[in-house]
Amino acid sequence: MKTRKLLAAPYIVWMCIFTVIPLGIVVYYAFTDSITGALTLSNITGIASYTGIFLKSIWLALISCAICLIIGFPTAHFIATRPKESTQKLLYMLIMLPMCISFLLRTLAWVALLDDTGIINNAIRLLGMKPLPLVRNNGAVVLGMVYNYLPYMILPLYSVIVKIDHRLVEAAEDLGANHGQVFRHVILPLSVPGIISGFTMVFVPAVSTFYISQKLGSSGTTLIGDVIESQFKTAYNPNLGAAMSLVLMIMVFACVAIMNRFSDGEAEVIM
Amino acid sequence: MKRLNRFITIIVLIFLYVPMIVLAVASFNTGSDIAIWEGFTLHQYAELFRDANLLRLLLNSLIISVLASLIATMLGTMASLGIFSMRSRMRRLVMTVTDIPMTNPEIVTGVSLALLFAFAGTFLKIKSILGFFTLLIAHVTFNLPYVILSVMPKLAQMDGDLRDAAMDLGCTPRQAFFKVLIHEIMPGIISGALMSFTMSLDDFVISYFVSGSGFITLPVEIYSYTKKPLQPKIYALFTLLFIVILLVMVAMNLLQMKDAKKRVQARRAFRGRTGRAGV
Repeated sequence: MKTRKLLAAPYIVWMCIFTVIPLGIVVYYAFTDSITGALTLSNITGIASYTGIFLKSIWLALISCAICLIIGFPTAHFIATRPKESTQKLLYMLIMLPMCISFLLRTLAWVALLDDTGIINNAIRLLGMKPLPLVRNNGAVVLGMVYNYLPYMILPLYSVIVKIDHRLVEAAEDLGANHGQVFRHVILPLSVPGIISGFTMVFVPAVSTFYISQKLGSSGTTLIGDVIESQFKTAYNPNLGAAMSLVLMIMVFACVAIMNRFSDGEAEVIM
Repeated sequence: MKRLNRFITIIVLIFLYVPMIVLAVASFNTGSDIAIWEGFTLHQYAELFRDANLLRLLLNSLIISVLASLIATMLGTMASLGIFSMRSRMRRLVMTVTDIPMTNPEIVTGVSLALLFAFAGTFLKIKSILGFFTLLIAHVTFNLPYVILSVMPKLAQMDGDLRDAAMDLGCTPRQAFFKVLIHEIMPGIISGALMSFTMSLDDFVISYFVSGSGFITLPVEIYSYTKKPLQPKIYALFTLLFIVILLVMVAMNLLQMKDAKKRVQARRAFRGRTGRAGV
């Protein structure tokens, strides 16, 4: 038995060096000065001026989550209730397939669609109407987030709904529940773990994105991810960047912990 | 209710595939502006295979994905076996660490690794440490949890007596693993490896922070196109990639279905035999 445990040793060493220690370095950078290297709180207090950006990132990510849930739930339900297993598999694959293509390119394709001289506006001009301001605003950023992360909502929802015992639905109907009541009292409560897992799987990448906001947004839609990226790649203040990463990380882990508590740990199994 | 669900599903599928169609159509366009259709051509596809630089980047991406997923699958499968035989407290601790890269925003993982490598660079006095190995290490790191999370459930489902039975029949623990256990957990290992491979191939955020100018992958190069317009041959490249992935997925599904049918038949045959024996 002892030798079997040793099999995990390389992994544990690897994770210590490349996951735990790097996070320690992030904490170290967050609390030291960029020039003198002395301990300081100025990076953390410096974040205060970015409060608006933090709130905006959270707000846009929450809206995206909500939209993903609203359109993702019916889709997942539809797929999960197909009588033939092969139809279910086909639809599942169709939802997953776009994720295999670089999200950078798919986002660029949206820019091509929505741009002022893009495909949609060209069509509108052909009809003799005024072009619409479709890109470089909050709406376009939310659209980009929903587009990129919608499969992350649908897939866990599907795997929960497909496991719901259909006899429960029939029992509720026999007892006189209408469609709305069946949904509210049977299907919805039983899909809570899927909702929670989908919600976190959409929220985490959405709140920390930087590519989507750069391509589909404008200077007014700078998000946390953009600020962190610029601290490491252009402005070069890794200490401030580390402090912001630390805050972002704590925020995400707190959010996940609350969510898990919400579902009494049921969400753990779903992937 | 049902009709509404169907309607929304159709809308969602259209929504998901519109940009893909735009990319595919753009790859056949004679003009370079993605939004203006000028005429049909296969020129971009010919261009693509003449562009040594682009092909090298694709090769880089493939090398990193294959190596990273192989290493992660090996380390991860070993680790799963080890973790599985741990006592619950230790196991919970290791699984918490496993969850960190899964839950952490990619940008934080990227930044933390970039800081680690910068630190190691100054410590080892290497000027530009970012390159092939930092990229490979980062990819293995974010692939490991996927392998563990797909192998562990298979270990849990496995009948614990199998190992004992194999050893009673004279296997050493090593033989028991390679002759019996590995076949039981193979589906988990394969799905972990495939997931790692696709995650690696498509990864941009983490690669962006840990790659230097010496060795970059395709997604990192595409990102650098933000300033200049994208070359249409990239659309051709991704249209081809999409078709390859589609074919692989269809083939895998067909194989699975065949396999499932065979298993049902085998079970029936087995039942028939035992039934007769009972008589």
